[in-house]
Amino acid sequence: MSAKETVVPTMPLSALHPGDQAILAGIHTDPALHQRLLALGFRSGKVVQVIRRASFGGPLQVRIGATDILLRITEAEQITVQQQ
Amino acid sequence: MKRIALLGMPNTGKSTLFNRITGGAARVGNWPGVTVELLSGKILLSGDMVEIIDLPGIYDLHGFSEDEQVVRHFLHDNVPDLAIVVLNATQIERQLSLLLQLKQLELNMVVLLNMADEAKKFGITIDAEKMAESLDLPIFLLSAKYGTGYAPALEAVTRALCYPTPGMAEHLRAQLEQDEHIESEMTRILRHAVQTPARLSDSRTDRIDRLLLHPWLGLPIFFGIMYLLFQGIFLLGQPLQGGVNEALGWLREAAVEPLLAPLPDLLRGLLLDGVYNGIATVAAFVPIIVLFFLFMATVEDTGYLSRAAFLMDVLMARMGLDGRSFVMLLMGFGCNVPALMGTRVMRSPGLRLLSMLVIPFSLCSARLQVFVFVSAALFSPQAAPLALFSLYLVSFAAAILTALLFKGRFPNNEPFVLELPPYRFPTARQMWLRGWHEVTHFLTRASKFIVAGVVLVWLLTHLPTSAAPASADSLAGIIGGWLHPLFAPLGINEQLTIALIFGFVAKEIVIGSLAVIYGLSGDALSAALGQQLDWVQAYSFMLFTLIYTPCLSALATLRSESRRAGFTLLTLGWSLALAWLVSFTFYQGARALGI
Repeated sequence: MSAKETVVPTMPLSALHPGDQAILAGIHTDPALHQRLLALGFRSGKVVQVIRRASFGGPLQVRIGATDILLRITEAEQITVQQQ
Repeated sequence: MKRIALLGMPNTGKSTLFNRITGGAARVGNWPGVTVELLSGKILLSGDMVEIIDLPGIYDLHGFSEDEQVVRHFLHDNVPDLAIVVLNATQIERQLSLLLQLKQLELNMVVLLNMADEAKKFGITIDAEKMAESLDLPIFLLSAKYGTGYAPALEAVTRALCYPTPGMAEHLRAQLEQDEHIESEMTRILRHAVQTPARLSDSRTDRIDRLLLHPWLGLPIFFGIMYLLFQGIFLLGQPLQGGVNEALGWLREAAVEPLLAPLPDLLRGLLLDGVYNGIATVAAFVPIIVLFFLFMATVEDTGYLSRAAFLMDVLMARMGLDGRSFVMLLMGFGCNVPALMGTRVMRSPGLRLLSMLVIPFSLCSARLQVFVFVSAALFSPQAAPLALFSLYLVSFAAAILTALLFKGRFPNNEPFVLELPPYRFPTARQMWLRGWHEVTHFLTRASKFIVAGVVLVWLLTHLPTSAAPASADSLAGIIGGWLHPLFAPLGINEQLTIALIFGFVAKEIVIGSLAVIYGLSGDALSAALGQQLDWVQAYSFMLFTLIYTPCLSALATLRSESRRAGFTLLTLGWSLALAWLVSFTFYQGARALGI
């Protein structure tokens, strides 16, 4: 059990600030949402950018490729990223 | 007849394309294996009639959403002779996965890369020939919005229809699970045929969003836009509504009355005051419905609805709703019926039902007429607008209370993940087709209901024939007498009780029926009400009118949209109970305070 830790630590997508870019590391949601996120372009290795966050802890707007997606913080907490 | 299925992801302009190909002559139909209704249209292709079915937009053939299952079941039980797959050229990177999934089904396929105009603006170049070569499928670039690139695509469709219909492999599902294969093929084809700039140009959408989704200005701008929308619907709609009423009144005097003159009195009265007035009531709704949907379609097609959802989501989440529910609640202030129909954009049944439960509390334009009349009769010119404003607050409070009470019963299991499309300007044709479709849909359903309701009201007020119309001896009067013990604690007298029964059919009838009951109209009626009632009784009557259910056509819409009789009864029962409780508390409370 001496698997090496990855050098760059992962963090939840919800922790990014507007304007931050990161690389998608993993999706830890239930299978149905996982499928949906995959189809929306969430694949590990892809670059994701947080465009803005709504006031009072509202949803996030993120951009992957040419697609903009809104998701709540609860969903963003289940997605991990590595900051570049 | 050969059958073509239209497939693609949401936001690909698939429906625009469908409307363009079929010219908007679509009908709603049921299909084997599928529980929802699908739109289909017939067109003439090189001498043969062909049926085109518009399947719901899906992200993924493996998906578990309702739409994704619908598409899977449809393809399984109704193998089309040809599948037209519509992809958004600007998002080709991720949309290719759906195409490859569909390709595995070995359907007869033609691929259309839509929004070629937008892709060009983004600097995305797609070599359709190279892509067609690597996919071994016919591929065409076009723009459904501007109608370019159609001719070669339709030619290919005609040609492809000559091929024999392929059989569908039984183990559809097993075949669909080859994700990894799909992923590697996607990369191969994308590398081969598509060039995307590293960073998309800073588009107009980003600049508009910087203002409209501004952390502080976003919400005020949103409310401003909503306010303008209602003003627009009212300013344009009410003269049109008046015009329709006048035209139908003229038609009645000029043609219908002379035509029915030879009939016996009772039958003539039934046809004129029952059936004809019933149809006129429905027809008067039409201008508002058309305008409402034209405005809705504009807001929706521009992509602003998703922005509104972004802004309001955090507040609505507390009530078990989401951003889209709030937009529909606001739309309900115009008319509840289209707002109820608008909940179709929601996929989670719990979320959709909870939204449908709260929308009927929106103070619609029909109820506004009643409140304007009654508050003008009972309140001073200074107090009347305040009374009216307080009713709007009650309307919001009833919706919030209902959502909070029932959110446990209608769990919203849908994660809020929504695509944010770039702003687009809908074409006039797109909006017209949309409005027309909704109106025909509304008319066919609501007309039967309202006509039946009005006929019933007429019979109640005119039977038995020995009683004077709408008197205490008529059936309506007798029912009013029975219900009186229930309404007396609310300060609502027998005449107002009868008006409430009519208001059940449509709030537009309330003032008219009071006119019949009192045998007075206009100012004389106001004076009579002012003499007979005090403001506490009148306000209690308005509270009950606001809460106790919008109208028969809203109920019919609830029934047909939810497809659940039990839910419709719950809505009805809850709103009646809440109305009674609120009026009772207000009336008895005011009296206890000595007012």
